[in-house]
Amino acid sequence: MVPYLLKRLAQSVFVLFGITLITFLLVFLLPADPARMIAGRSATVATVESIRRELGLDRPLPVQYVSYLKGLVRGDLGRSYAQRAPVSDLIASRFAPTVQLALAGILFELLIGLPAGIAAALRRGTRFDQVVMGLAFVGVSAPQFVVGLLLIYLLAYLVPVFPLGGYGTPMHLVLPAVAVGLAGGGWYARVTRSATIDVLRQDFVRTARAKGVFPSRVVLKHVLKNAVLPVVALVGLDIGVFMGGIVVVESVFGWPGIGQMIWQAIQLVDIPVIMGGVLITALFVVVGNLVADLVYPALDPRIRYQ
Amino acid sequence: MGSTQRARGHERRAQVAVPRSDGAAAAPVAALAVDGAGGAGPAPGARRGARRAPSGWVRRFLANGAGVVGLVGVTLVVAVALAAPVLAPHDPARQYFDGLTLEGDPLPPSERFLIGTDLLGRDLLSRVIHGARVSLLVGVVANGAAVLIGLVVGVLAGYFRGTVETVLMRLTDIMTAFPALILAIALAAILRPSLWIVALVIALVNWVWIARAIYAQVLSVARRDFVEAASALGMSAWRTLLRHILPHLVSTLMVFGTLGISTTVLLEASLSFLGVGVQPPMPSWGGIINESQSYFLDAPWLVVFPGAAILLTSLSFNLLGEALRDALDLAERR
Repeated sequence: MVPYLLKRLAQSVFVLFGITLITFLLVFLLPADPARMIAGRSATVATVESIRRELGLDRPLPVQYVSYLKGLVRGDLGRSYAQRAPVSDLIASRFAPTVQLALAGILFELLIGLPAGIAAALRRGTRFDQVVMGLAFVGVSAPQFVVGLLLIYLLAYLVPVFPLGGYGTPMHLVLPAVAVGLAGGGWYARVTRSATIDVLRQDFVRTARAKGVFPSRVVLKHVLKNAVLPVVALVGLDIGVFMGGIVVVESVFGWPGIGQMIWQAIQLVDIPVIMGGVLITALFVVVGNLVADLVYPALDPRIRYQ
Repeated sequence: MGSTQRARGHERRAQVAVPRSDGAAAAPVAALAVDGAGGAGPAPGARRGARRAPSGWVRRFLANGAGVVGLVGVTLVVAVALAAPVLAPHDPARQYFDGLTLEGDPLPPSERFLIGTDLLGRDLLSRVIHGARVSLLVGVVANGAAVLIGLVVGVLAGYFRGTVETVLMRLTDIMTAFPALILAIALAAILRPSLWIVALVIALVNWVWIARAIYAQVLSVARRDFVEAASALGMSAWRTLLRHILPHLVSTLMVFGTLGISTTVLLEASLSFLGVGVQPPMPSWGGIINESQSYFLDAPWLVVFPGAAILLTSLSFNLLGEALRDALDLAERR
């Protein structure tokens, strides 16, 4: 267990390091010149030069990268060009809304995906099963921004139950969470269904049924533990896809999260903020994967740590 | 997002479950083929052999109602895209005088403009029809490129092993941790989007899952007796690859070739919606919705129809791909 943990941790650090390198190379391919953007249109060449020097952009790329890494180790992500504030502060202020939306979205995914999947598996091959799986396919295929906009139109405009957008109360959270979680809900319905069917076919389920164990108890005891819990652990592996959805949905609902921050930073060529934002989302993914890999074998003793 | 990306959940499940014989490179021995089977028994694709009669899977596919629905949907979208100039009732770029109300608002669906007009008084139906060309072209090109990159990376890593394997699979690990859409946004913003750039960007973020699946499958095939026999008999590595390994990948490629389009169409729509995809005046479904965003509460048709087109396309390729996967026996047993 401990060697496995150490190995996975080392892998995660390596992946994060690789991400800093790739992101760094990417943002410096930007055709726009951040010094010029900061200085404004009317600035003289001298002003642009002095800004460039002040930001350290006149140094060779490897030097800039190493100094960025040095800062990173100390938790210093640099300062935003556009807002003159430390990137870590910007991320900190955006962190809570994104985590809130992510957790609510995941909750919604599981809340519709798991019951739908179990129910479809229990009525396998029936019309009900077909309808549920058909809906799951539609959910997976529906673009999140369209879902978001339609939800706004139907439930915030025509029937004004929820606010049109913005952030603050639990009511603000509902529509974005549904928009971000619908695709995952469809996906988990499908995964849960096949996992449940696998478990229902196992000998211990047959034995339990033969013994006369109440059907609902079979589901609660065997299916939940052996099929559904492992599916829940998949959430950690899906964070990458999920974060992409969050960027789109934050844009639709004007949600003041990390996705919006990255999006605005790209428009302003605010390199430190882009770097910081991509790193923090990658960190979400790496941590999610790590947790899933650790939790998984704990849920299923047949799986060994390697 | 799309199923190809989400598919990794299953993939990873198998990966943890399958014991590794080679600890060295921490190679995840996961294949679509061993998925759900818990790693026990030979891969179904291999069991049946590459030369299985095509009628078998075609018959299985046709027996699957959802797959046929998907095939019909795909055919429909392709037909609309091909026949766009004939089908479109109006010029998609023309701003009609009578296409706006006197106050300058877009028109709701009417006899003249069947699904209404957009903010500039252009016929929405014609734009949606022509948008099919853009979406399909980007979707197909991006997915084709992603499959190609995934195939090359997966085969090189899985067959030649050693340093090549380490470098490629570590690169894959890193790419896996990039949230695909965020990377695509950053790339598209850097590269100044055109239709081909958008396709390239999508391919660059989307090959990772395909590479992993191909890699795992190559690993499992390369270990089998007939491959060892071929090299023992003195067959060259390249010839073994072509004759004995690539045929085993055909089913996987077919599945990713269709299923993946569902993902790429959705990614293109999302990028265009965010304004870093296909640029106006070229009509793309995501772009139409982006242009209309500020106005959609008063003109919901501007979101509903392009949105329905995206859903129909993505859903059709999804159904088709999943049915192919079932028919080709790659899926977990149900």
